[in-house]
Amino acid sequence: MYTFLARRLLATIPVLLVVAVLVFLMLRLTPGDPAAILAGDAANTEQIAQIRTGLGLDRPIIVQFGIWAGNLLSGDLGESFYYKQKVTTLIAHRLEPTVSLAALTILIAVAVSVPLGVLAAWRFGSLFDRMLMGFSVIGFSVPVFVLAYILIWLISLKLGWLPVQGYQRLADGFGPWLRHLLLPSITLSVIYIALIARVTRASVLESLGEDYIRTARAKGLPELRVLVRHALANAAVPIVTVIGIGIALLIGGVVVTESVYAIPGLGRLTVDAVLARDFPTIQGVILFFSFVYVGINLLVDLSYVFLDPRIRY
Amino acid sequence: MHSAAQTGEVTLTPGSEGDVTLTPPGSAVLEVRELTIALPAGGERATAVSKVSFSVHRGEILCLVGESGSGKSVIAQGIMGLLPPALPVTGGAALLEGEDTTRASPERLRQLRAARMSMIFQEPMTALNPVMRCGEQLDEVLVHHTSLSEPERRAKIIATLQEVLLPDPARMFAAYPHQLSGGQRQRIMIAMALVLDPALLIADEPTTALDVTTQAQILKLIADLQARHGTGVLFITHDFGVVAEIAQRVAVLRLGELVELGAKDEVLKRPRHRYTKMLINAVPRLEPHGRAADTDAPVVLETRDLDKTYVDRAWFGKRRNVAAAKRVNLSVRRGQTLGIVGESGSGKSTVARCIVRLIDPSGGEIHLHGEEIARRSHGDLRPLRRRVQIVFQDPYRSLNPRRTVGEAIMEGPLNYGVPRAEALERARRLLALVRMDAGALERYPHQFSGGQRQRICIARALALEPELLIADEAVSALDVSVQAQVLRLLEEIRTEFDLAMLFITHDLRVAAQVCDHVAVMHQGVVVEYGAAEQIFLQPKHEYTRALFAAAPGRDFAFGRA
Amino acid sequence: MTAPETESFESLSVESAAVLRQESAWQRVRRNGAVRFGAVALALLIGIAAAAPWLGTVDPSLFDAGSRDLLPGKTGDITTLEGEIIRHTFFMGSDSYGRDIYSRVVFGTRVSLAVGVCAALVALAFGIVFGLSAGYLRWLDGVLMRIMDGIMAIPAILIAIALIAAWRGSLVTVIVAIAIPEIPRVSRLVRALVLTIREEPYVEAAIALGTPPWKIMLAHILPNTVAPLVVQGTFICASAILVEAILSFLGVGLPPDIPTWGNIMAEGRVQFVEYPHNVFFPGIFLAVTVLAVNILGDGLRDTLDPKMAKRV
Repeated sequence: MYTFLARRLLATIPVLLVVAVLVFLMLRLTPGDPAAILAGDAANTEQIAQIRTGLGLDRPIIVQFGIWAGNLLSGDLGESFYYKQKVTTLIAHRLEPTVSLAALTILIAVAVSVPLGVLAAWRFGSLFDRMLMGFSVIGFSVPVFVLAYILIWLISLKLGWLPVQGYQRLADGFGPWLRHLLLPSITLSVIYIALIARVTRASVLESLGEDYIRTARAKGLPELRVLVRHALANAAVPIVTVIGIGIALLIGGVVVTESVYAIPGLGRLTVDAVLARDFPTIQGVILFFSFVYVGINLLVDLSYVFLDPRIRY
Repeated sequence: MHSAAQTGEVTLTPGSEGDVTLTPPGSAVLEVRELTIALPAGGERATAVSKVSFSVHRGEILCLVGESGSGKSVIAQGIMGLLPPALPVTGGAALLEGEDTTRASPERLRQLRAARMSMIFQEPMTALNPVMRCGEQLDEVLVHHTSLSEPERRAKIIATLQEVLLPDPARMFAAYPHQLSGGQRQRIMIAMALVLDPALLIADEPTTALDVTTQAQILKLIADLQARHGTGVLFITHDFGVVAEIAQRVAVLRLGELVELGAKDEVLKRPRHRYTKMLINAVPRLEPHGRAADTDAPVVLETRDLDKTYVDRAWFGKRRNVAAAKRVNLSVRRGQTLGIVGESGSGKSTVARCIVRLIDPSGGEIHLHGEEIARRSHGDLRPLRRRVQIVFQDPYRSLNPRRTVGEAIMEGPLNYGVPRAEALERARRLLALVRMDAGALERYPHQFSGGQRQRICIARALALEPELLIADEAVSALDVSVQAQVLRLLEEIRTEFDLAMLFITHDLRVAAQVCDHVAVMHQGVVVEYGAAEQIFLQPKHEYTRALFAAAPGRDFAFGRA
Repeated sequence: MTAPETESFESLSVESAAVLRQESAWQRVRRNGAVRFGAVALALLIGIAAAAPWLGTVDPSLFDAGSRDLLPGKTGDITTLEGEIIRHTFFMGSDSYGRDIYSRVVFGTRVSLAVGVCAALVALAFGIVFGLSAGYLRWLDGVLMRIMDGIMAIPAILIAIALIAAWRGSLVTVIVAIAIPEIPRVSRLVRALVLTIREEPYVEAAIALGTPPWKIMLAHILPNTVAPLVVQGTFICASAILVEAILSFLGVGLPPDIPTWGNIMAEGRVQFVEYPHNVFFPGIFLAVTVLAVNILGDGLRDTLDPKMAKRV
């Protein structure tokens, strides 16, 4: 178990390294001079040169990467061009709304999608099954922001049940926090529900076709136990995997959702940074999101050991 | 309820229920009456099972025999109430101790299962839930069917595990299925089926997936337990060897219809129906064919100390070497057949794949007509490839689904520069040789049955006019009647082309029919090697003897009905 | 064995001949309802895109200060490039510049379809090259797959956002930026297919028949990857259309003067509470387009690739 843990941890290092290189290159190998972009249209050559030296942009690219990666290892993501703050500080300030939104979304999505998926697989081909699959295709197809506006229009404007926009810190009370987050989380969870319900249905359907299900039925077990303890338990690995993979989808969704609902989180920060061409912040946020993604998928991998005794590394 | 006389099966099943001499002791545990199960519309036939009647008595083993598609498993599932909705019971009844299970409510069925009727399945590898401990899988039977307390349940489970002769029951209780061998898993299945002492046990091909030595043990276990508990057993199989070993009465199914029913000796020795006769005649005999082999024929293939070691290298993990084949020395002469016989994991297929150079041997030499090929690069090997051809086990995966049969057969000749027109002509000739219509050339593999595909594979292999033909379990996936046809075809081809043949099989009966020489492999090593006569009639090595002792129905003379 | 037995073997053997009646994959595809629906809807959209100038539209960049914020169905003035003032009915209303939403939505179809199809083709092309290389050249496999792992670890939309931020938005950069994060998924699929198919007995038989490696690749392996790749390509197309709209909506995609559905919605979101139609009309078009492509993909997957259909 510990060797497996160590091995899995080590295996993430090349991935993280590749991510770092890619993120670095993505914004350095651009047509156009970052210093010129940064200086703005009114700047003269001297000012640009000054900025360039100040940022170390005149040195060879490999040296630049060395310095940048060195800083990265010591937890320094550089300073924002636009906010004139450390990027790490910026991220730390924006973390709470994003984590709240993501956590609530996953919670809603898993709670809704797994039972629906199991039920659809159990009643494969029924009206319910076809309706769920239909919903799932629509869920994949309706863009998050369109859905967001439909919900705002319906729930907030017409019915007035929930606030239109904004965010309340958890420290200011659970009630307001939840009221502000509920609509964004539901919006964001739709695509996630579509994804997980589909995979749950498919993998439960697959395990329902296995011999051990026939055995379980031949033993005279109640159908619920056959479904949960035998079918779902064997379908757990793909379901957990898709929850992990879906995190990437979720992060993309967070960027849009925060923008629509004016939530001051990391997604909002990303868009603002891009609009301001604030490269250190863009790099920092992307790196942060990617590392979170790698970390979550590491946890998913580790969970396999508990979900399936055959998996021993 | 209608009486047995009305079943209309009397003409087909002389001497069944009514015949005093054949009525086994004990009352009927199961009575199947005119059971009819429909197939979905648009299929090849309207019913999976049509008007089948038979009964299983207390303390009796009834074997239900048939080839694939005969409906034998469907009957079992019909009795258990496990049929998918696409296959509804449309007529007749299955009376379990007088109660019709085909009309029982789902809840009643649930109560009956495991308690009064149990079932064990073919694949012990997949029939157990892989993520649940064996003990828990047994325990849930007791939880849902009895009101025993936890310690009582545990005691009962341990006792049952002992009864199925599993070593160290406490360890088995805590083990996951993947930690056990195939035979052990099947014992767990049997324990699970018998823990509540049901009146009826349905065994659906329970030993088909097992090696022959394990099969013998499981058959013995089932027979012992059945005798001790007086259970009625419905034993489903396609293997007449198994029938001869375990049955008291036999029912023969063909395309969903019962064609013959009677006592074992009656059916096996004096079959009445043509189909039964044909099936029994198709079972290869377990004695060598006695054909004299020409000892002066030139040697086509020779292996010297052939080794294949797989290296399992994991990160941080220790390097593990797995020897799949160790110092294998074999030779095949022109016009003769060498059989490599062994159980799964014995290394017999590894040797074949090394010879075809689908995998690279780790050591030793392979001589093909005196030319060493074990260490040739793949480029240098190309001219020699045409001399060795192989036919694989799985007829469904051996042909590219997206290429026509013609393209498949012509591929080899075209590779070696044969003009297209000539290759096509050759393909046509070969199809005729394997007794297939020339119209097959334009069709795709999915339009053919397993036996036909295997013929196509043979034609493809012959298109290069090889000197050595390797058949790697080439008839193992086929039904016994089709198997007999393909075996005879191979035999004809060997004589006609004076081919050297390497015949790899786990089936001793098949080996006895086709081989001039036999090599018995066990754990990567050839333990005994010699003329077929000598191996079959005077086996020397302990393992060979064990293998023969385990062959089901070995005392029964088939093929002479 | 004697001759008469031969006859009884052939006549009594019960091996099924029913397999003859199996239909080909293409027949199944054509009969599939989802495929038909998706294909018809998509053909309609392509028709709209092609015939955009003749569908009662005006130049989508035209505006008129007098026709701002018109509700759907209202008639107003619009000034052409030649300075001519014409009366025009705004089926879907107008935006805060006085541009015709209907014309912009119809012309936006062109952008969305172009981005979707091109991004799918680019991703497939690179994915096939990388996947085949990784599957066949074992020494390249490790390096290539680590790089793909790295790209996959960065959320797709962030890669697209960052690349467009660096390059400035244009049709080409948007397509490339959307395609890049999809390449690893295609590569992995192709690689996995190659590795599985390589082990199939029919490929081993081809090796034994002396078929050279390049021919095995072309004749035996590639044709068996087509179906899953067509399916994958369809799904990439759907997601590319979505991502393009999201990028434009966030203001980090194509320049705002280009009529794309995302841009129309981005412009309309400010006045969403008063004039929801600015967001809803392009939103409906977007959702229907993506839905049509997704349904087509589902249908293709069910018919062409039943194994994959079981997995997801």
